[in-house]
Amino acid sequence: MEGNQTMTLQVARTLDAKGLSCPLPIVKTAQAMKELASGQLLEVLATDPGSVKDFAAWSKSTGNPIVDQSEDGGTFRFVLRKR
Amino acid sequence: MDDQPLNLVLFSGTDDKLQAAAVLTAGAAALGRPVHLFLQYWALDAFRRDRIESDHGLAPEAGPAGREAVDSLRAAGQASWAETLRQAKDLGDVDIQACSLSMDLLHLEPADLDPLVDGVEGVTAFHLEAGGGQIVFI
Repeated sequence: MEGNQTMTLQVARTLDAKGLSCPLPIVKTAQAMKELASGQLLEVLATDPGSVKDFAAWSKSTGNPIVDQSEDGGTFRFVLRKR
Repeated sequence: MDDQPLNLVLFSGTDDKLQAAAVLTAGAAALGRPVHLFLQYWALDAFRRDRIESDHGLAPEAGPAGREAVDSLRAAGQASWAETLRQAKDLGDVDIQACSLSMDLLHLEPADLDPLVDGVEGVTAFHLEAGGGQIVFI
């Protein structure tokens, strides 16, 4: 109950896009989002250095917000909410 | 994103230019933007069913160092341009048409082409479908 928000996010699915080069992390994310219901969360892990700008642009353009984001040793993590 | 289509004319048939075109296509498809590809000359030849997965070489400016760079990306698991286009088609509205003049030039029939190609059309139909969107030539 008292955990921080990051810990309490309930993701519906995690997509491992590590090692994939541009634009496949976004392509696979768009594909995975199609299968989620509105409001569900998708967690994506990616190592493509373009990911940070690409996910921001994709989120803005498609209206699916990024609700959490972090980086750990070259792996980028995004949590997106299906609109 | 607006619904303005992305219209790409593919002319060059080397793997580097086809890969660049496939990446642009997949990115637009992920944004929900329609994409029209029009295949002419050597790009159309690269879509032949019997050799779409073959080595189509690189643009002359690549040189030996470019060849090495492309090979190492591929060895690291980068999808081929044909595979990237397949994923783009699964994801969004991507229409791939062969130029009828180039079909004549290369003595090709629709059955000679990979199933990625949706049909054969003339340049007038391509312009009409491009609507007000830009046309990019690769």
